[in-house]
Amino acid sequence: MSGFLEIRGLSARLAGTGQRLLRSVDISLPAGSVRGLVGESGAGKSMIGKAVLGVLPKAVEVIEGEILLDGQDLQKVSPAERRRLIGAKAALIPQDPLTALNPSRRIGPQITDRLVDILGWTKARAATRALEVLAEVSIPEPERIMRLYPHELSGGMRQRILIASAFAAEPKLIVADEPTTALDVTVQKQILKLISELQARHGTALLFVTHDLGVVSKVCDTLSVLYAGKVVEDTTVERFFAAPQHGYSSALLAATPRHTDPSSSLKPVPREVLDAVAAEVAASDAAWRPSGGARG
Amino acid sequence: MMLLRQTVSRLITTLITLFGVAVIVFVVIRVVPGNPIAMMLPPGASETDIERLKTLYGLDKSIFEQFVIWFGNVLHGDFGTSISTRQPVLSLVLDRLPATLELSIMALVMAVAIGGALAVLGTRFRGRKTEAGIDVANGIGLSIPDFLWGLALILLFGVLWPVFQISGRVSPRLELPFTNQFYLFESLARLRFDITADLLSHMFMPALALALPLAAIISQLLKQSLKETVNLDYSVLARTKGYSETKVILSEALPNSILPTLTLVGVQFTFLIGGTVIIERLFSYEGLGNMAIDAVINRDLPLIQGIVILFAILFTFVNLAVDMTYAFLNPKLRHA
Repeated sequence: MSGFLEIRGLSARLAGTGQRLLRSVDISLPAGSVRGLVGESGAGKSMIGKAVLGVLPKAVEVIEGEILLDGQDLQKVSPAERRRLIGAKAALIPQDPLTALNPSRRIGPQITDRLVDILGWTKARAATRALEVLAEVSIPEPERIMRLYPHELSGGMRQRILIASAFAAEPKLIVADEPTTALDVTVQKQILKLISELQARHGTALLFVTHDLGVVSKVCDTLSVLYAGKVVEDTTVERFFAAPQHGYSSALLAATPRHTDPSSSLKPVPREVLDAVAAEVAASDAAWRPSGGARG
Repeated sequence: MMLLRQTVSRLITTLITLFGVAVIVFVVIRVVPGNPIAMMLPPGASETDIERLKTLYGLDKSIFEQFVIWFGNVLHGDFGTSISTRQPVLSLVLDRLPATLELSIMALVMAVAIGGALAVLGTRFRGRKTEAGIDVANGIGLSIPDFLWGLALILLFGVLWPVFQISGRVSPRLELPFTNQFYLFESLARLRFDITADLLSHMFMPALALALPLAAIISQLLKQSLKETVNLDYSVLARTKGYSETKVILSEALPNSILPTLTLVGVQFTFLIGGTVIIERLFSYEGLGNMAIDAVINRDLPLIQGIVILFAILFTFVNLAVDMTYAFLNPKLRHA
């Protein structure tokens, strides 16, 4: 079955160097389902999200692979066409609500701008839609809020607004890049529940980038475990929590603190597990030949 | 309440500043060698003639006494009479002020337009040859002072390719139907675009000479700020919405990058007004600066004092305007 988002053999490197950052990543995300991308810092989980949304930093270049969004290969269309496609079909829920809203623009236009400028809606229709989605994320007095500036709102409120903004255009895919990491613990739970509800109601495919396995168990259907830019395990959430296949996955799971047993000390991922997975990455690197080189 | 207190304290600071300027200029021009009487009398005038004139202009009294008399009159709006032209200083100065204001504002507009455009262009093509070229241009703009730009422009647009007027403010052959000295504004208001064109042709080179160094500063600073802002989260979010890089720079980054640039532009603008003194001389532009040089050459003490006070008032207003713009552009300050 082909998913709404298909990533096939995606490799990226630090521009101008041989340093590989993504190693032949395959990810399939059917319409309406939720996939978690987990891994430690620097494993490349955020980078995959950025690649999908076409906002990789200039220092990162894709060397091979395909990103198919609704069947269209984003690497093969013109930059302008890619922007339009992504703007119309996908959206981002960013990590830090405090920096993701433009401080010098009012809330309203920051929700409606995509609808009007990219999708060509009328201003009136976009404003109506903005009020709808703001109500959907339980923002009180949405009409008043739309006239405010970001600094007049709390972090939790701003994240709700960003979620509303992401869902406003009814995208078929949303990339949530650690959307609760910057929030207060009490707010985290509400926001997570909100994203989950909206995703289910709108039938949106969701790529959920996180380092929190607890979050994955609540929100996701499937997950990809990443290490050094390589998918080491691609499985469903039930199977993962019942019996992780990869050694690194089990160690990751064992390292997750549990509130059911607060007395147990935190377990780091054991040295030999890290060595094993690093060796595995090195072995796959040695076997890897860039497809571009093979063609030439 | 807060605003009222700020305004009052601001006003008091301004008055103290102006008083300080008045004291300094009054003392300095009386202490330096050269006196106005010597400029008025033919060589070989008798001692009694000199003494008579000194008494007439009150120059026989001590500097302190002279200051008290002059300052008392200033408080009544009387800036004295120009020694070289025998006309009231206030009307002389106010007659010339519009010419200098028009020139300075035109220069500022040019600097903002050139500097802003280069900054946006440099940010759009950051890390490429275009940006490197702009950096070189900024370096040249910054390292050459305005009067040298003036000379270079005269060579270019006055001699090699004579398309602009190099001297004066307006062609003498034109009949001016004006009621005030703001020629540029009045010619526009009266729809006399022939005069507007003539004024602009005269103004182009001096304004550009004043504008280029400031344009380089604006370009450099704004580009720096833009390059940081285009990588912030809200700019990245705008890209995922489907906006082009140019649109992200203009509507997401620019409004947030203007503030840090603005403060410096305010300070630099006062330098630009100071620069009009030499530039107006160079282009025989009939403004305050040109008159200031004549006044100094003639040791016209009341006129020098009047001009310097007016410049000081002008600088104060520019700073005030910058602060107000700052508050207006920054939503966080606006609501505070």
